[in-house]
Amino acid sequence: MLSYVARRIAIAIPTLLLVSIFVFVLQKLLPGDPALVLAGEERDPEVLAFIREKYRLNDPILYQYFYWMKAMLQGDLGISLRTNQPVTQLIADKLPVTLQLATMAMIIAFLIGIPAGILSAVRKGTLTDYLANLVALSGLSIPNFWLGIMLIMLVSVELGWLPASGYESLFVDPVRSIETMIMPAFVLGTALAATLMRHTRSAMLGVLKADYVRTARAKGLLEGPVVIKHAFRNALLPIVTLSALLFGELLAGAVLTEQIFTIPGFGKLIVDAVFTRDYAVVQGVVICTAAGFILMNLIADILYFLLNPRMRSSL
Amino acid sequence: MRKELLAALFLGATALTSPVLAADLRIGLQDDADILDPDQSRTFVGRIVYTSLCDKLVDITPDLEIIPQLATGWSWSEDGKSLTMDLREGVTFHDGTPFDAEAVKANIERSKTLPESRRKSEVKSIETVEVTGPLQVKINLAAPDATLLAQFADRSGMMVSPTAAEAAGADFGAKPICSGPFKFVERVQQDRIVLEKFDGYWNKDAIHFDKVTFLPIPDTTVRLANLRSGDIDMLERLAATDVASVKGDGSLGYAEAVSLGYQGITVNVNNGERGDNPFGNDPKIRQAFSMSLDRDAINQVVFEGAFAPGNQPFPPTSPWYDKDHPVQGRDVEKAKALLKEAGYDSLDVEVQVANNPVQTQMMQVVQAMAGEAGFNVKLKTMEFASLLADQSAGNYQASQVGWSGRVDPDGNIHQFMTCKGGINDSKICLPEVDKLLDEARTSTDIATRKAKYDEARDILINELPIIYLYHPTWIWALSGKLEGFTPYPDGMIRLENVKFK
Repeated sequence: MLSYVARRIAIAIPTLLLVSIFVFVLQKLLPGDPALVLAGEERDPEVLAFIREKYRLNDPILYQYFYWMKAMLQGDLGISLRTNQPVTQLIADKLPVTLQLATMAMIIAFLIGIPAGILSAVRKGTLTDYLANLVALSGLSIPNFWLGIMLIMLVSVELGWLPASGYESLFVDPVRSIETMIMPAFVLGTALAATLMRHTRSAMLGVLKADYVRTARAKGLLEGPVVIKHAFRNALLPIVTLSALLFGELLAGAVLTEQIFTIPGFGKLIVDAVFTRDYAVVQGVVICTAAGFILMNLIADILYFLLNPRMRSSL
Repeated sequence: MRKELLAALFLGATALTSPVLAADLRIGLQDDADILDPDQSRTFVGRIVYTSLCDKLVDITPDLEIIPQLATGWSWSEDGKSLTMDLREGVTFHDGTPFDAEAVKANIERSKTLPESRRKSEVKSIETVEVTGPLQVKINLAAPDATLLAQFADRSGMMVSPTAAEAAGADFGAKPICSGPFKFVERVQQDRIVLEKFDGYWNKDAIHFDKVTFLPIPDTTVRLANLRSGDIDMLERLAATDVASVKGDGSLGYAEAVSLGYQGITVNVNNGERGDNPFGNDPKIRQAFSMSLDRDAINQVVFEGAFAPGNQPFPPTSPWYDKDHPVQGRDVEKAKALLKEAGYDSLDVEVQVANNPVQTQMMQVVQAMAGEAGFNVKLKTMEFASLLADQSAGNYQASQVGWSGRVDPDGNIHQFMTCKGGINDSKICLPEVDKLLDEARTSTDIATRKAKYDEARDILINELPIIYLYHPTWIWALSGKLEGFTPYPDGMIRLENVKFK
C-alpha cells in the first residue's frame, strides 16, 4: 500500500514539471503585453520600462522560466503584477473560498445525484425513472450562468431570502457564509448531480443484474439491504473515479459561477489574472490546480483500494 | 485555534461597535480596484474609492471649474512658471500626522521619484517645491503648464500621510493613509473595500455615513439585482439597456452625467507599414467614412439614447467643445461622392474591436452604415490586451477604442494628436497642430486656450486620425432611500451631503 502511494507520488512530480513548462510557454504565446495593460491608459514610457525591468519581461524566456522555477522550489510563487501581493498569499486567501464552494457543491451533487440514480435504476422503466432522467437532462443542459441569474432574480430580488452575491468567511460569520454560498453551490452542484445520477444509474443497473445480487435476493434478504449493501457498494467504484474527475470540472465550473455570484475565489482570481496578463498569478494558480487535481486522483485511487478487496491482493 | 479566537473577537467587536442606527453605505463597483496607492494606481474604480479616502489639493465642480479642497487658494506668477498655493488649516491625516506645506512637498516629490509611480508624466513640468510658510507652498515649473491644476484635482493632487508613505514605501497600498472623509479599515481582494468615518475630518458635518463598503460586482445584471434586493445602496455604470427599467421603478433613484471621455475609431495613419493604405493615406476617405455614420441612430440603437453622440475629443456638454463643428447628420450620397473623388467605388477596411458584446454590437451598426456608402468593413474582434498591443505596435488598420477623459482638455487631445504624443497610435504628425496644442498648454487664460483648441480642431476635423463616435454617460442607480447625490462628469462618487432619508 505504502509503496503504491509512493509510486503514485513519484509519477506526479514529472507531471507537475510538464504542466509548469506547458503553462509557462502557453502564457508567453498569448498575444498582448502585460506592461501595456499594467501601465494604465497613458502608457508612460518610463512606467513601461520600469514594469518590464521589475518583472524581468526583457529577459529571455528560458531565464524567466528558471527564475520562476527556482523561486517556486523555495515556496515563492512570485508577486502579482496587478496588485503587488505575493501569489502564495493570494492563493492562500482564495483557495479556501473555492474549496468551500466546491465542497458544498459536491455535497449537493451527492445528495441529489446518488439517491436519484439508485432510485431510477431500481425503478427502471417507471415514471420515477423518466422523471429523474428528465431532471438530470435539464441539469446538464441548463447553462450555469443562466440558472445563476434566474436564481438571483427569484430568490434574492423577488423573495428576498438570500443575498444576491458576495462572500463571507466561514470563520467570521458561519451563518452568513452558508447563506451567500448556498445558491452558487446549488448552481454548480446541479450539473454535477446530473452526471452523477446518470452514472450511478448505469452502474447500478449493471450490478443489479449480477449473479450475486440474484443470490442475495434468493436468500430472502430484504430489497433495501440488497440494493444498498450488496449492489451499491460495488456500483460505487466507478462513481469514486468519476467524482475525482468531476472535481476538475468543478474548478472549471467555479470560474463561471464565481463570476456571476461575485465570489472572491480561485476562479475569479484566474479570470482577472488572464485578462490583465498577470503571469505570476496565472502560473501559480494553474500549478496549484494541477497539484490539487493530481491529489484528488491519488485519493480516489486510495479509496479504490479500500473499497475493492481485489485490488489489495493484486498488489 | 487562532482563527477561532480571532473570529470570536471579531464577532464580539462587531456586536459592540454596531449601534442600531449605524449608517452603512454599500456601493457596487464594476471592477475591483488595483493597488490603493494614489501614486501607483491606474484603475477608474480605484479613483472612486479615493474620492472617499483621499482628499486632493483641489476639486472640480460639475461644470469642470477648479475649486478649493486642501488648498484654499492659489495664484500663478506673471510668467506662468510658478504656482503658489495656500493650504487649509487644521487638517490631519488619518494617522494623526498634520497636513502642512512639508507634507505637500513630500507628496509631490513622491509622485515624481517613487520608482513605481505612475504619476510621473502628470507632474513632469514641476521642477521644485518650495515651502514658503507653514501652510504655503510655491511650485516651480520648467515651463508654464496650464494642466497642472486639473492634475491636482485627481490622483496627482491626492495627499497621503508622509509618515505612513515613508514607512511603507511601495507597499503603502496595503494600508493607505490619507486625509479624506473616510479612513481605511480592510480590503479583501475582489470582494470588498471597507472604509469608516474619520472623526477628525475637516468637513465632517457634510458626511452622513459611519461606514462605506465598496463591492466589486462585474456583472451588470447581478449588480442591479443586488440593488433591487437591498444588498447594496447604489451602483455605478448601470447598463444603458437597464435605464428604462430603473427609471420606471419607483423604489430606485437614477442619476447621470455625460463623461469626459469618448469612444471612436483610431485610424493607423502612419504607424508602420500597415498605415500605408488608402484609408490611412487619404483624409477624404476617412471623411467619407465619418459622413456615412448616423451617430444619433447608433446612440438610439445600441445605447437606448442614454449616451451623447460626438465628433470631437470633448463632449458637446463641455465648455471646450467647438460649436462651429457640430455633430453632422448622415449623408450617404455625399460620402459615396467623396469616396469616388478619392478614386474608389468601394473599399475594404479592417477595424479591430474589443470582444465585449456592447462594443461589438456598436461596431456592427457602424459596419452596416458604412457599408451603404461603399466601405466593406471587416470587424476583427480581439481580447482587449491583444488589441492594445497590436494598436501600440502599429499592427492594425483601424481600431475601435476610447479614452476615459480628463478634466483638463489637454488630457483628451495633446498626447493623441502631437507628433511625439505618448499614445499617438495613429502617428498623425502635423506641425501646425503640434504648435497650437503646445501653446494651449502654456496659457492660463481660458479664452486663449479655447481659441487654440478651436484652431487645432479646424485642421483635425478634416484629417480625422480619430473618427469620434460618442461620449459614454456615467449612469448611477441608487436606492430610493438615498438623497443628495450629485453626478459629476468625472464619474466619481462624492459622498458630501449624501444621506439616507
